[in-house]
Amino acid sequence: MKNSSVYINDYNCITPLGFDVQHNMQHIRMGNTAIKPVVKDFAPATPLYLGEIGDNELNRESERLAGIETFTRLERLMILCLEPIIDKERLGARTGLIVSTTKGNIRALESIDVTPEAVELAKLAKRVAGYFGIVTEPIVVSNACVSGILSIAVAKRYIQMGIFDEVYVIAGDEVSEFVISGFNAFQAMDAKVCQPYDKDRNGINLGEAVAAVKLSEMPGWFKVIGDGAINDANHISGPSRTGEGLYRSLVSAFKEASVNVEDIGFISAHGTATVFNDEMEAIAFNRMGLQNIPVHSLKAYYGHTLGASGLLETVIAMQAVKENKTIISKGFETTGTSLPINISIEEEAKDIRYFVKTASGFGGCNTAVIFEKVK
Amino acid sequence: MIIENNAVFFNDLLIFRDEPSVEFTDFIKKAYKFLKIEYPKFFKMDNLSKLAFTGADIILRDITRDKEENNVALVLANRSSSADTDIKYQKSIENKSDYYPSPAVFVYTLPNICLGEISIKHKLYSENTFFIFDRYNEDYMANYSAYLIQSGKAEKVLCGWVEFLKGNYRLAFYLYI
Repeated sequence: MKNSSVYINDYNCITPLGFDVQHNMQHIRMGNTAIKPVVKDFAPATPLYLGEIGDNELNRESERLAGIETFTRLERLMILCLEPIIDKERLGARTGLIVSTTKGNIRALESIDVTPEAVELAKLAKRVAGYFGIVTEPIVVSNACVSGILSIAVAKRYIQMGIFDEVYVIAGDEVSEFVISGFNAFQAMDAKVCQPYDKDRNGINLGEAVAAVKLSEMPGWFKVIGDGAINDANHISGPSRTGEGLYRSLVSAFKEASVNVEDIGFISAHGTATVFNDEMEAIAFNRMGLQNIPVHSLKAYYGHTLGASGLLETVIAMQAVKENKTIISKGFETTGTSLPINISIEEEAKDIRYFVKTASGFGGCNTAVIFEKVK
Repeated sequence: MIIENNAVFFNDLLIFRDEPSVEFTDFIKKAYKFLKIEYPKFFKMDNLSKLAFTGADIILRDITRDKEENNVALVLANRSSSADTDIKYQKSIENKSDYYPSPAVFVYTLPNICLGEISIKHKLYSENTFFIFDRYNEDYMANYSAYLIQSGKAEKVLCGWVEFLKGNYRLAFYLYI
């Protein structure tokens, strides 16, 4: 194992708020949300609050790339997101591709007589790799809602093990009847735009997005300086009441990063707006001594984008750090956790050197990653 | 540690076998009883979790017994993700006149749920990652496990393959220390 530094060299995202980082950031600074009431034919009684990428925009953007019409909708989004950051000259036997997704092409199961091969995640990853001519076997990370941020840790770890010189990470998940009906069955969906950390929070909104990041040992804008991904060992569909796994993930990441908690500029948290998740995070952040650090959730801008969320939220956080401004945690008004945390209610201009990204998910998984801005 | 063709091997020794014609659900129940696992939550699990849980229990029972917590990382992979349960869940929402999505089934439509099940039983407050590949990629899996040990993030790593789709299955687990 090498003790080398691993950097973020480039990033991009596609969401209902825009097909590049600049447009997304403009909408976030204006307080706009991707979440809209939508009536679906499988649930005609009441509108669902979803953040969906418009097919008109997607088809228009798809025109700039030849030959992508044979790919599935999610694969097209992944290719469109990766294309601007791929350095075609340097692609080689030491270039890795990591695909982060929970459900991939799950919409294919809606068709009659579909074979299980149509939803195989490794096939999706190979098609995306094949489009760009990436020759190494792609790695799929499918670890519930931490997949996106965990993929950054996985990329860093493989670079430090000397397996790759550079790694592209692409994270994506779509809104589907499959996932909507499941979260509905859990009664976990809010019937309005969600309110992370607020006392009236009442569940998640589902959204869709893709995000891409390039990592290598070549100095870049940000350095990945610590990470941890530790299980709660408590419950498969609910978080630990003591925030055990998230707390331990943070301890692991801070130990590796050798930074003090007070030097963190902000936390981009998971903040799904379910009663139990947000409460658990407040407990974990207090145990870690992070209760005074500005914290935001992006879920009221995008909804929960599942396997994409951790990477999308990292991309937006990096852009905010470049602007030296914190992000307002949309949807929050009144403290709704048993222990106080410093929810960002206004944009604060300050020189930010470090930020933390966290996520937690089904199966009791958690991930925390610490980033340093490179001067 | 291998489970395939209704047989369980530990350190290359056959420790339990059933007739090849027996269905997986019956085979794994018999293996559970033979191995004296005694864990009622086992019967709520989907087939992928039952398989992973049984394999992990054989390796971990002596390592984690009587300990309050354990730092054994879980690094598992398969080909079909949770497709076996995904297909079952999709059937429950296919027919609008018989629309019956169940939270107890939906939660198993993620491959990493089996990591949670193993972690709960063996008190593994430890690193866990689920990967998907066409077939077992020893280079990627062994290097990721080696990273966790060399970096001090894990004391031991339970690493391997656990695949289940439509009654066809294979498990091969390795313990790195």
